[in-house]
Amino acid sequence: MRWPDLSYLTWRVLGRHLAVFRRTWVVNLSFNFAEPVLYLTALGLGLGAYVRPIAGMSYLQYLGPGLIASSSMLSTAYECTYGAFVRLEYQKVYQAILATPVSLDDLVMGDILFGALKGILYGTVILIVLLVLGLVTSPWALLVPPVLAVAGMLFASLSLIWTGLFPNIESFNYFFSLIMTPLFLFSGVFFPLDGLPPFLRELAWFSPLTHVVNLTRGLVLGRLGGLPGDFLWLVVVSVVLLPLPLRLMRRLVLK
Amino acid sequence: MAGVVVAKGLVKEFERVTAVAGIDFEVRAGECFGFLGPNGAGKSTTLRMIHCFLPPTAGHLEILGLAVPGQCRRIKRHLGVVPQENNIDPELKVLESLLVYARFFDLTRAEAIERAGELMAFFGLEGKENERPDNLSGGMKRRLTIARALINKPQLLLLDEPTTGLDPQARYQVWQRLFRLKEEGVTLILTTHYMEEAAQLCDRLVIMESGAILASGEPEQLVADHTGREVVIVGDGALRPDEVEAVAGNLYRDKLVLGQDLFLYTNSGPELLAALGNLGFPRLVLRPATLEDVYLRLTGKGLEE
Repeated sequence: MRWPDLSYLTWRVLGRHLAVFRRTWVVNLSFNFAEPVLYLTALGLGLGAYVRPIAGMSYLQYLGPGLIASSSMLSTAYECTYGAFVRLEYQKVYQAILATPVSLDDLVMGDILFGALKGILYGTVILIVLLVLGLVTSPWALLVPPVLAVAGMLFASLSLIWTGLFPNIESFNYFFSLIMTPLFLFSGVFFPLDGLPPFLRELAWFSPLTHVVNLTRGLVLGRLGGLPGDFLWLVVVSVVLLPLPLRLMRRLVLK
Repeated sequence: MAGVVVAKGLVKEFERVTAVAGIDFEVRAGECFGFLGPNGAGKSTTLRMIHCFLPPTAGHLEILGLAVPGQCRRIKRHLGVVPQENNIDPELKVLESLLVYARFFDLTRAEAIERAGELMAFFGLEGKENERPDNLSGGMKRRLTIARALINKPQLLLLDEPTTGLDPQARYQVWQRLFRLKEEGVTLILTTHYMEEAAQLCDRLVIMESGAILASGEPEQLVADHTGREVVIVGDGALRPDEVEAVAGNLYRDKLVLGQDLFLYTNSGPELLAALGNLGFPRLVLRPATLEDVYLRLTGKGLEE
């Protein structure tokens, strides 16, 4: 196996993405922030009025931390599919950066870091909304951003793997309908997995989002049981996945 | 002193095609070296191997005394690359785009601002600092792309078809800058399918087709060696070659059939023209031979086909 050719220039790639993001962040953030707030209002308040408390939590309390995780996941996924592909194929920004001392591994790693950073940012915005609404009941919530960082690395790798395997703009629709939407619906964001048939419940264990939701909900509400296991799951899977986007994107760029 | 670029038996194969089929060349410090040839000849692929974008399939490639691909980071530090398509960051303003790029070469912000200012002045882009790249004209975008490639004061500047798609004025503005860079001692390597560009800019060049080098040398020397001083084009001459042969067989060095026309390569154009004058051909043209004729002779076909 090839050892990745990484250097400090990875951070310069991240810096370039941030310079662009600085131009667009207000629009960017408010759009991505609008959707979870709509869910929170419609489902948390509207539907929640008819839902009986779940393990002592009101439905709004239950749903809110789940939306931190899903919002974070989706923003990373958009960045590392559409965002990365546009830079590569339409803007040719990849090619421009590769003419500098930056290596291809630096470049892909910079994209992963930026994807993860967006995940932290969009998740933390929801956390702040929950805080304002008085739905954060534990100081353990301070650990939510680091958890989102690990989750972000994982979802960035996953999305770039798809981009490397199916590099065209139509294929990203399938990524979202076939992978992201099932994760979003069946990872315990909206309802406890206990009610599902045993087969689906076991399947949900394989969803990374399940573990992120367990962590964000546990930390926000101060229910820490089982969380180290979830965190370990995320760390192991993100480390295992990391080499794949580096290899697949190399094949894609050097065609 | 060893060449700035030394290539021996350089090969690049893709899955189904051999883009570069084992070529040798050497680029000397301070010269402008050209790769001339039609689309698909392997010019851009060669250039991409030189700037470490594509790893060679086989052969030896050395840039500034450093081996490809092992020393790519160090090599790229001293290179400027102008790709075929402008790839200026569309989401950043002009100056910011240069400053961001400078960071990849470890320039401090102060150094980058100074260097970007010099380059914007040199390329006639003053006052455009806060423009979006999309608002610039084609010629300006091209000059900005070249300016960006110079942010690290490269020893070697690679230009992939620097003026394709530009109008004559914009093309001339680019040429002027390239002349001045050469005077300042920057080694230039460019690909082009414009004969005039190659003749004006290049000290030495190679003519490529189908991944191979057909000829190499100084432009004038290539013309002298492969064609002669002049060309007489005989309209419909290919329909009556025997008559031409009979009256003027000793006045030309070589001939080429292109459609119905006959191209005669010669060092005694006026005499040849006079000899053919009475045969009643619909068209007789005498003009100096150019690289285009060298290319036509070597490949037997037109460049723009």
